[in-house]
Amino acid sequence: MSARLLSPESDPIRPDQPQPLTLTLDGDELTGVTGQTIAGIVLAAGRLSWRRTSVRAQPRGLFCGIGVCFDCIVTVNGERDVRACQRRAQPGDVITTQHDDVPEVIE
Amino acid sequence: MSGAVPRDNRMDGVLRPDVLIIGAGPAGLAAARAALRRGASVTLLDAADSLGGQYWRHLPETRRAAREEILHHGWATYRRLVCELRDAPRCEIILGAQVWALESGRRGDGETTESTDRQDPRDGTAIASPAPSVPLTVHALIGPPDGTGRKPRTIQPRTLVLATGAHDRTLPFPGWDLPGVFTAGAAQAYAKGERVAVGRRVVVAGAGPFLLPVASSLVSTGATVLGVYEASTPRQMIRGWLSKPWQLAGAAHKSGELAGYIRGQLRHRVPYRTGYAVVAAHGEDRVAAVTVARVDAQWAPIPGTARRIEADAVCVSHGFTPRLELAIAAGCALSPDRFVVVDADQRTSVPGVFAAGEITRIGGVDAALAEGELAGHAAAGGCSADAAVVTARRSATVFTGFAARIEAAHGIQPGWTAWLTEDTIVCRCEEVTYGRFCSTLAATGGPSLRSLRMTTRAGLGVCQARVCGRTVEDLLIGEPTVGVAEVDIDHTRISLPAPVPVAVSDRRPITTPVRLAELAAMPPSPSARPSVPSARPSVPSAAPSVPSAAPSVPSAAPSVPSGSTPRRSDPTPRSPTGPSGQPATST
Repeated sequence: MSARLLSPESDPIRPDQPQPLTLTLDGDELTGVTGQTIAGIVLAAGRLSWRRTSVRAQPRGLFCGIGVCFDCIVTVNGERDVRACQRRAQPGDVITTQHDDVPEVIE
Repeated sequence: MSGAVPRDNRMDGVLRPDVLIIGAGPAGLAAARAALRRGASVTLLDAADSLGGQYWRHLPETRRAAREEILHHGWATYRRLVCELRDAPRCEIILGAQVWALESGRRGDGETTESTDRQDPRDGTAIASPAPSVPLTVHALIGPPDGTGRKPRTIQPRTLVLATGAHDRTLPFPGWDLPGVFTAGAAQAYAKGERVAVGRRVVVAGAGPFLLPVASSLVSTGATVLGVYEASTPRQMIRGWLSKPWQLAGAAHKSGELAGYIRGQLRHRVPYRTGYAVVAAHGEDRVAAVTVARVDAQWAPIPGTARRIEADAVCVSHGFTPRLELAIAAGCALSPDRFVVVDADQRTSVPGVFAAGEITRIGGVDAALAEGELAGHAAAGGCSADAAVVTARRSATVFTGFAARIEAAHGIQPGWTAWLTEDTIVCRCEEVTYGRFCSTLAATGGPSLRSLRMTTRAGLGVCQARVCGRTVEDLLIGEPTVGVAEVDIDHTRISLPAPVPVAVSDRRPITTPVRLAELAAMPPSPSARPSVPSARPSVPSAAPSVPSAAPSVPSAAPSVPSGSTPRRSDPTPRSPTGPSGQPATST
């Protein structure tokens, strides 16, 4: 475990009790809070990476957090290439990880 | 034009406000308020779904908190700005608006908008017309980020204020591509925007005053910050911050703000080390430890000073890169250090286009608020000598020195390349290593950015060089050449101490990826000029995103049927193929 959502009880900003929200990532159910981004829910569930790079198959997840680097892209309800750090999760979102092989060069 | 809410009055779906403002951070909000106060109709766009930009990134409407203000500086200012804008009948705020292209007429076309005097419908006073401007057409898509079926909007304002801000610049180091390495901005965004700490045991590193609020936010979100490692040496920082101290007289509260952060760090026992850098991150599939080392005045690591720290997250930023795509598309002149050149009224070199905030210099929130106010005021026909903006004018002057001090105290020094290894990734998208970079340079025999990009694909990936662009240029070019260039703003020539460089890495005619299906579904552009990225593409019914040049970017594999309009709620899952859960990519 590493990243986590601060519990409302211990948060100095005294938040209202948040509304839970559930989505699936590659079939696994993850629960977050209404208003979180997909990346926020996945991170707080303990997953730091959700993509493999094309050239070296290295793991990637969140990096810039503000929609600049495109490292965090996922497929959301069938839509590819969605930046997980930018898209707010909706209840029941079906998230799948993406991997794109470098296309073979055909002579 | 009736002057009420900015609206389409030619029944062609085009919005025609007096003033269009792109970016709703501190500069954009201040610009909107100033323009409204002069009686202009205003449209304010932001890609996010709430106001405030990165600086005032906050919890969404669905999560309320009694004391959210303790996470922010100037929260009362933010609330006041938002209240005034929300109550203004002549202000239209469009959130979730991704601007993907800007077309600008050229000077010499003889095409400038007519300026006619109008009356303020509220009290009948005359509204000074916005200055004549080149014809501008802005294309935006409204809807969820990267969604399909977003609503296209075209806006043709009389004048435009660009307040697009900046993003973190992180220099490469071995292991910076491991999950668990974040930009400092990511840590800040998730702490303030979601109350998520990106790690439990976190190292913060890089350069600049921004590292302190980031550490502070992490602590307030329950993380343990193991240390803040500032690469600038005490000598560099003293030279930067303490030369000509009288210039700082009006900015005294800034040092109080920084001192507050440092006191907070002391209270939480967060060590603050200057002259140190994170020179490597270690781990298999995620960060497990980092190496920090002392660096010299040039930021080269000093042998024998390396120390390993066990950590599960590291947040690194070495400064900021201004977001210049739209300014470049509009044709605005850039300074040698690649900011938008503006005059005292925040006018750019393009008539009718104004710029404010971090795209003109990295000066912080006070500078952004002041510049925004001046820009909005001028875009609505005022000028910086007017009594209404006397405070903003003074503030903008005070904080001019501030930006220069940040650069002098914390600016990137060339010795950092000494921590690179052969295997260090330079371009994260295309996974180009420093070794490949150097061997390509040797093989091609010249410092040509184009040739380097074509050969290695560095900077051609899905982020379109937003992350590595400046780094690649620095590695390639080294020290910039010096000369003199001249820029013309409103018939006044401004001399600059170096040639204005060709902004190769910052030029993105399509300013954000757009799905081809969305382009194909758009009505023809109302603009008569065809010098455009908006020419309708004749694509088959597949929907990869643009730009799709790179064979390895995710845009290569179309998966969204474009004939239908997929709804957000459509729960059709893509069938995961293969044991690794990778989606099929049939190409």
